[in-house]
Amino acid sequence: MEIIKGIGVSPGVVICTAVVLDAEDYRVPRRTVPAEHKQNEVQRLHQAFLDATQEVTNLQIAQADLWDSKIKDIFAVHLHFLRDRTLRRKIADLINHKSYTAEYAISVILRDIGRQIAQTPDTYISERVSDIYDIERRLLRQLIGRRREDLDHLTEPVAVIAHDLTPTQTASFDKKFVNGIATDAGGRTSHTAIVARSLGIPAVVALNDVTRKCAAGELVIVDGTRGTVVIDPDEGTLKEYRGFAAAMVEHEHELDELVHLPAVTTDGVEITLMGNIEFPYEAEIARKKGGQGIGLYRTEFLFLEADHEPSEEDHYQAYMDTIRIVGDHAITIRTMDLGADKFTQQRRGIPERNPFLGLRSIRYCLQNLPMFKTQIRAILRASVHGRIKIMFPLITNLIELRQAKWVLADVKEDLEEEGLEFDDSLPIGIMIETPAAALTADDLAEEVDFFSIGTNDLIQYTLAVDRVNENVAALYSPAHPAVLNLLKRVYQSAKRAKIEVHICGEMASEIEYVPLLIGMGFNVLSLAPPMIPEIKELIRSLSLEQCQRLARKALSFDTDRQTINYLRAQMQERERHDR
Amino acid sequence: MRPAMQFVDRANYYAAKISVIKDSQIVDGKSIMQVTMLAATQGTVLKIIARGPDAQPAVDALAELLENDIAKNTENDAADSPAK
Repeated sequence: MEIIKGIGVSPGVVICTAVVLDAEDYRVPRRTVPAEHKQNEVQRLHQAFLDATQEVTNLQIAQADLWDSKIKDIFAVHLHFLRDRTLRRKIADLINHKSYTAEYAISVILRDIGRQIAQTPDTYISERVSDIYDIERRLLRQLIGRRREDLDHLTEPVAVIAHDLTPTQTASFDKKFVNGIATDAGGRTSHTAIVARSLGIPAVVALNDVTRKCAAGELVIVDGTRGTVVIDPDEGTLKEYRGFAAAMVEHEHELDELVHLPAVTTDGVEITLMGNIEFPYEAEIARKKGGQGIGLYRTEFLFLEADHEPSEEDHYQAYMDTIRIVGDHAITIRTMDLGADKFTQQRRGIPERNPFLGLRSIRYCLQNLPMFKTQIRAILRASVHGRIKIMFPLITNLIELRQAKWVLADVKEDLEEEGLEFDDSLPIGIMIETPAAALTADDLAEEVDFFSIGTNDLIQYTLAVDRVNENVAALYSPAHPAVLNLLKRVYQSAKRAKIEVHICGEMASEIEYVPLLIGMGFNVLSLAPPMIPEIKELIRSLSLEQCQRLARKALSFDTDRQTINYLRAQMQERERHDR
Repeated sequence: MRPAMQFVDRANYYAAKISVIKDSQIVDGKSIMQVTMLAATQGTVLKIIARGPDAQPAVDALAELLENDIAKNTENDAADSPAK
């Protein structure tokens, strides 16, 4: 049994089989075989060793004139291990005793060796661990072939273990079977975290080397609440976690009863809770959990799912699907916010050195008007069928905003000429997610109908911390005085201009921060749908007065550490009180 | 891994069964896996036992390897490796 600590980014506990995607996306398909197939597996094992040996020998010959001794060493090491009879015997024994598949037995033995070597105090030896994993990969490649196992063909509940997950991978998740996620990399607001929360899947990130420590097919516990992953748990641990899981299910049932109740504080102040979604079907989760509309509809999946640019019909269908589910609640559609990913980078001649600060999102759209107009046309056409709002991301100055509005006006004219209907009074808003926007919110407020504060990126840009980099995860703090300061400013600018201001970042779903946000005056929160009931429960247990007192105190500290300690103490106090 | 490989190569040359002992651990001297896991570093005292027709030459050769070639080579490696 091995216990690894990471960052819990989506609450819940799940106990199931692991599917491990390593850097090359290999998946050990099955753990065991029926007893009568053991012989066959031993045969496959020997063949794999033979093939691997042949492969390395060929490589050696092909690169005989290489005088890089390091590479020659690698071949030599591999060949030595591949020719080691006791190693092969050890693996064959495992197959015979436990009916393991060749792949699983190889994984288990080599990882065991790797673990032992890694514990050696001598660093020269412990660094040879990577050689062991290399050999494992080479053998598995013989058995599994170059077929990339993807997650489309799952047939049983699994926990996905990977280095990190790309939007393309998560887009193909079958929620029925992906019950847990654990990654080496990532942070609280990395893509994996956001998707996991949206889908209500327990997830732990920043585990560092869970992909190495976990063999596919092993039983794992993913504890997204405590931020822990247990590989191959013993009986005692298993029992303990089954207890946790049962308690969570019970709590969820309690929360379900809140669905039809309003999110109202004890002193009668109503807070609007909406959902952040990426796919139309998530709107259904938002509705089921009592969300009053969609505060953030991320439209990027339309660009990432297919390998071509989405057509106007593609956009229109997605928006209509969402409207059908949400009914007469508001849907805030954010225009394309891509960049620093395959969609925009593939289309560039020379890759950008710093894509996050480059031509992405609204900037990209303003330089690719046909694509931008296509999306806007679809949004406008859909606006007659539901309560649609349009939102522009990453706005940093007034000119940009005005340009975007001109394009919108242009498209309206086009549609008029074509005799197509649209809502002319479609509310226009912007995401406040850069310091520039936050600091000039007064001017921006005059020219939009609403603000939506994207706290994830606002924090990232203000604190200069990469929110998906596990090495600096501790520096990313919503409680930083600079961040709170900017939130206060944006709130005041919105109030002065008499426009609505929403919070749509992960901060809105964090129990420590919600009372602070409410105390600062924010009364529209958009968050991951599965979290809506819990946040509603929290709101119903607080008074606005309490929150305002808390906010005043929290804003008085010099450091984020003091603020977060205070907020956590307040949270624990509340929990004690409730019991 | 080079010293371990050299050792195992040399051991495999002989017909005798070869055991290497470090403290209370006994491993098969012809297995790279077992020798590597022994994790013997410079200065470790190893006991080599051989059983078979060419046992004596085997032990002599392996002892010589450890004391001379490998010792010398690890020194050189240490001198060449860049500062961390």
